[in-house]
Amino acid sequence: MRREPPQRLGDYGPLFFPAGMLTVFFVVPFATMIAVSFFQREQGGFYQPAFVLDNYARFLSLFFGRVLGFSLMLAIAVAIACVVIGIPFTYLLSRSKRKIQILWLVALLSILSLSEVMIGFAWSTLFSRTAGLTNLFVWLGLMTQPQALTPSFGAVMTAMTYQAFPYTVLVLYPALVRLDPTLTEAARTLGASPVKAFFTVVVPALRNTILATLIMVFIFALGSYLLPQLLGRPQHWTLSVLITDQAIYQSNMPFAAAMAVFLVLVTLALVGLALYAGRQKEAA
Amino acid sequence: MSGLNLNNVTKQFGTFTAVNDVSLSVPDGTFVCLLGPSGCGKTTLMRMIAGLDLPTHGSINLAGHDITEVPTHKRELGMVFQSLALFPHLTVGENIAYSLRIRGVGKEEQKKRVDELLAMIHLPGFADRSVSKLSGGQRQRVAIARALAISPKLFLLDEPLSALDAKLREAMQVELRQLQQRLGITTIVVTHDQREAMTMADTVVVMNGGEIRQAAPPVEIYRRPADSFVADFIGQTNLIPFSVDGAGRATVLGEAVEGLSVSQGAKGMLSVRPEDVQLTAPGHGAITGTVSFVRDLGGAIETFVEAGGQQIVAVSSPRNRPEVTVGQSVGIRLDPETSVVLAK
Ligand SMILES: Nc1ncnc2c1ncn2[C@@H]1O[C@H](COP(=O)(O)OP(=O)(O)OP(=O)(O)O)[C@@H](O)[C@H]1O
Ligand SMILES: [Mg+2]
Repeated sequence: MRREPPQRLGDYGPLFFPAGMLTVFFVVPFATMIAVSFFQREQGGFYQPAFVLDNYARFLSLFFGRVLGFSLMLAIAVAIACVVIGIPFTYLLSRSKRKIQILWLVALLSILSLSEVMIGFAWSTLFSRTAGLTNLFVWLGLMTQPQALTPSFGAVMTAMTYQAFPYTVLVLYPALVRLDPTLTEAARTLGASPVKAFFTVVVPALRNTILATLIMVFIFALGSYLLPQLLGRPQHWTLSVLITDQAIYQSNMPFAAAMAVFLVLVTLALVGLALYAGRQKEAA
Repeated sequence: MSGLNLNNVTKQFGTFTAVNDVSLSVPDGTFVCLLGPSGCGKTTLMRMIAGLDLPTHGSINLAGHDITEVPTHKRELGMVFQSLALFPHLTVGENIAYSLRIRGVGKEEQKKRVDELLAMIHLPGFADRSVSKLSGGQRQRVAIARALAISPKLFLLDEPLSALDAKLREAMQVELRQLQQRLGITTIVVTHDQREAMTMADTVVVMNGGEIRQAAPPVEIYRRPADSFVADFIGQTNLIPFSVDGAGRATVLGEAVEGLSVSQGAKGMLSVRPEDVQLTAPGHGAITGTVSFVRDLGGAIETFVEAGGQQIVAVSSPRNRPEVTVGQSVGIRLDPETSVVLAK
């Protein structure tokens, strides 16, 4: 394989198509959004080209600050929950029989085919008082009376973790399958119990994969706006919910754009920070 | 009972028997080589000693304790894997200190021990290197040092040298043997290289089909093989059929041979090493054959002789170069001292 850097313009040929796609579908819409975020809003859902900072100024209030904080906290919590459940699950999956692996992977892939709406309504039924899981607990004698578990923060967390879990497993799976099984055996011969071997060898050896998974689930969860509305109270609504609300129901495009730009910037900053921290740890 | 003792150890995978009724006694401080062709159950046997697999039947004793069911991490052993299994996320020093860290040894003491071990494996000052930047031989040594960090009761190595080139492998064999003698640690090495086994071992254990065929010191294995498999597997040999008549006279390829310790009416095989085959003039009670091929390897000359439908190889040194040409008729003399009578 040729390894030297491209010399002539033609050598960059293979990059034209992806670069074009990226420009058309990401750079242009994002630039438009940045532009709109500085526009002047007018009555009746219209806006005028201008350069005003009102939209950002309005955003810098306690209310929106709290919503932003909650959104980030929720996304981080979902990312951590997915990884904490996903690593042991995928580890055991990668060590089980081929047939069992295929069965689980197919089941997880089929979750991906469910839309957010279906997941939301399925969980709201499961968490309801009349037809929910608590009826099962009552029947088992664990509870005295069925009760509604939604709307609540727990319900939002559960459904979002459920939704992001297949992605988590699919990202972790190849790395765990490739991990040399003799590494844990070596750790055991050196005096580590299987659990200790898992935490001192498997987890650290997969540090980069775990970091990448955390970031992926974090970004994925940040965009969720249906599940918080279906399963949460208004205080559990994320910034994405407010953006949708402003853009579609309040017809305030410039303000929605300003919030979206801000969200993207904060996300990028956090991801950058995480990558930087990961790099530092590696260098140490 | 001290040392390591395997009592009728059997391992089955489903209906397949990988290790069949193996009993072996390894005294403290000995160096044992498990030798055998691929798939004969060497790794499986070693994994049971390490506790990574459970025997289907039988028991394993170490220093008088039954350790058959003791989990691996409580066995206080050191093991070197074929893939070495160095931890990629740790430095050389951290790899070596892993077993000490797991046992809660203090940082200072860890560092002292790591420096000691690095000096022992001739890699002083390598503690902060990344394991991915080491050469094959260096990684090998680090894996050995890591396994020896706690001064284990038992040192196990599964084909530790197979990834190295021939020259480095020979050097490491000698080094490993010297290290073992200095530390006096009971060591078991799996290999399928018989030269390696002969170089290092106090006891060579030849396995085939999940069973031990012979366990003896290297020279005895070579000089007194227990059966035709061992004779053929260890070095080169000529397997020649013989028969004994009612009067106790042994006949080999139509010629009577005196002095073989055989019983009346027996039939079997003689194992004669090529260097013990003497070529003479035909007649005078020697087995008669025809030279079919001569190969001069510089350090040794191999003469192939056809006799009674059997090919017999003789090896001579250049000083005793036999004056023969292809097609010539020669006599073969077998010395009863060096001809081993095999049961099968
Ligand atoms: N987990 C397992 N399940 C089923 N069969 C196995 C398993 N492990 C080993 N075997 C079988 O047991 C036999 C012995 O294997 P083992 O790995 O002990 O051989 P070996 O002597 O170490 O060979 P090599 O020199 O090639 O490493 C082989 O036929 C192998 O296919
Ligand atoms: Mg093996």
